[in-house]
Amino acid sequence: MASPNRKPRTVAMVATLATVAGLALSACTAAAGSGAPVLTWYINPDGGGSDPTKGGQAQLAKECTEAAQGRYSVKIQLLPNSASDQRQQLLRRLAAKDAGMDLMSMDPVFVAEFAQAGFLAPVPAADADTMTRDAVKPAVQASTWKDRLVAAPMWANTQVLWYRRSVARAAGLDMSKPVTWDQLIAAAKSQHKTIGVQARRYEGYMVWINALIEGAGGHIIENPGASADDLEFGLDSQAGREAAAVIQKVAQEGVAGPAMSSLDETGALDLFSNDATSGFLVNWPYVWAALPGKNVNWIDDVGWARYPQTVEGKESRPPFGGIELGVNAASRHQAEAWDAVKCIITPEHQTLYMKSTGNPAANKTVYDDPEIRKQFPMADLIRESLDGGAPRPITQYYGDVSSAIQRVFSPPDSVDPATTPAQAQDLIESVLKGEALL
Amino acid sequence: MSATPVDTDPSAHSAMEPHRPRGSHLSDRSRAERNLGWRLAMPAFVIMVAVTGYPILQAIWNSFFAYRLTDPENRHFTFLNNYAVALSDPIFWQATGVTALITVITVVVEFVLGMIIAMVMHKIVIPRRTLRTLVLIPYAIITVVSAFSWFFAFRTDTGYINHWFAWLPGIDAGTDWFGGFWGSIFVICLSEIWKTTPFMSLLLLAGLAQIDTSMEEAAEVDGATYWQRLTRVILPNMKAAIMVALLFRTLDAFRIFDNIFIMTGGANGTSSLSVLTYNQTIDRVEIGMGSALAVLLFLFVLLIAWLFVRVFKVDLAGGRS
Repeated sequence: MASPNRKPRTVAMVATLATVAGLALSACTAAAGSGAPVLTWYINPDGGGSDPTKGGQAQLAKECTEAAQGRYSVKIQLLPNSASDQRQQLLRRLAAKDAGMDLMSMDPVFVAEFAQAGFLAPVPAADADTMTRDAVKPAVQASTWKDRLVAAPMWANTQVLWYRRSVARAAGLDMSKPVTWDQLIAAAKSQHKTIGVQARRYEGYMVWINALIEGAGGHIIENPGASADDLEFGLDSQAGREAAAVIQKVAQEGVAGPAMSSLDETGALDLFSNDATSGFLVNWPYVWAALPGKNVNWIDDVGWARYPQTVEGKESRPPFGGIELGVNAASRHQAEAWDAVKCIITPEHQTLYMKSTGNPAANKTVYDDPEIRKQFPMADLIRESLDGGAPRPITQYYGDVSSAIQRVFSPPDSVDPATTPAQAQDLIESVLKGEALL
Repeated sequence: MSATPVDTDPSAHSAMEPHRPRGSHLSDRSRAERNLGWRLAMPAFVIMVAVTGYPILQAIWNSFFAYRLTDPENRHFTFLNNYAVALSDPIFWQATGVTALITVITVVVEFVLGMIIAMVMHKIVIPRRTLRTLVLIPYAIITVVSAFSWFFAFRTDTGYINHWFAWLPGIDAGTDWFGGFWGSIFVICLSEIWKTTPFMSLLLLAGLAQIDTSMEEAAEVDGATYWQRLTRVILPNMKAAIMVALLFRTLDAFRIFDNIFIMTGGANGTSSLSVLTYNQTIDRVEIGMGSALAVLLFLFVLLIAWLFVRVFKVDLAGGRS
């Protein structure tokens, strides 16, 4: 009984082994045969998602794979939606020296932290000029760490002041000249309208606080790049108090709507798209594309101007955001990765990206493109705001600095110019010395 | 599965009886049996120590350092400084208070609800298995998923709770449950209670099943009221099962993380100890401080377990007290 049974079993075993060996062999030859490295690019979700036909980063990955003519291919991986989740995932992979991540899309505020830790491969000296040619100033600043270019600007974001022409006219505001926060608050109050701001306890609130302080001529960090013990802070200063005074006034006068402490970009846009409350709004340029979707039938009444001044007569410093491209220092294909970066950020690709996703290009020449000028009537304002924009503090401790400021400045109706900036500075100092938790 | 913590397999007992007959009193045979028992348990024991002991020791070691993952060169020994900072920071004590509050609320409510469900399940005969399976469904759902569904239900934009309960005073379409401390705590506790009451009720059911029904009948014949039977006969006779159920749930509840992370992310002062530890370790990559907080959390859990085992005399192995 045993022997007739054994034979088929042996045959089956041999067949299985042969198949497994064959598969392994073919896998090996496939990898060795093509030889072209596959670059993995971790992207933040954009309008294109993972669809390579929507003009997002997925399409740029596909086009650059084709342009490489077999030297490499670029594959995308989506990061989570929120900036802090993106940072956590990138940081975990970088700290673990994950060679499976070659390229990454980074928020400008991540660059210093990653670069200081040695996680980013510096831009090859020969490519540095190409990467920064015609790029807006803050994008280059945010991509540089300790005088070395460690990332390439891809797109750049900035906020402008959106307003209802009719409301401004009725309040007697001359929008052809720069306006101040005080003027806006008075105008919104007299017309019973709102100013959409971002004041929930999240990164958007930090964006506002930083822009206000920079607009008053101050800096949250006076000596970017210093180590924890040598950092000098400019929060507890005249500029810090001017900024806190603006937040306090917006909260006290009730011009930011009933739920100021939960306002984010979306909530502020909702205030602006509701005809009953719509007056002013500080927000990113995506607003222009989003308004028609909010059933706004007064689009001709929407105007735009440069970000409001914190102090009258002192040029405002609009917020700066966007995406910089970095190469993982643990990647085994750094040369190919930088080649791909050069392909991704060509002016043609930035134009395509801006047209499809609404995210403004970092390259200034893109704004001369006739189609861009048609789609974005405020193209010149965006370019001017970008060039005059102020990046958030460039420091390896950015996460701690931002969390501490958000905590002390929340909720906005508790902000007091006499105490809040000083408290925030104290908290940052003790957190960085390891004397307090966050 | 529900019965495992209460009545352990008796065969495992006889093989591992190291307590009473010791040293020279042992016969050759029982010594051989004991040695065999140790040898049989050794591989599992070694693996347990490797997968739990090593990370615990490493966390304790790391907690003595100022060590930031993005700044590995500046890693330096600070001994107990991280503990001093944590224990002197009001944020830490606030998180401890919130954790204790959530633990007390959820365990008390779960015990009462779990007891009621267990007694219903004990009495019902007809669809017994189906019922026990149905009751377990919330417990089978992943905590993050259940947290999200309760979160969406209570939100002002996607939620339906405000519409269903608009007739109650103080609730209208715009009620922001996650805008303040008590609203957030209410929803966090509610989702935790909904999810883990089944676990409690199954442990209690196992205890109920152990009670000799003739005692209940005797009490009834003697004219005891329902309440007297419950407090004098049923509860005292299932004390062991109750203590085990409470111990397990208290240890679990003290480590609450998912619901808070999803619903408030620690805003409105709702950070628990686990959320605080997560913030230091994962978000700030302060491995030293995060490890110190994890060790403190571990000590709290150890203290709770010690209180239950020593003060309330819970015998985990025998299910006796």
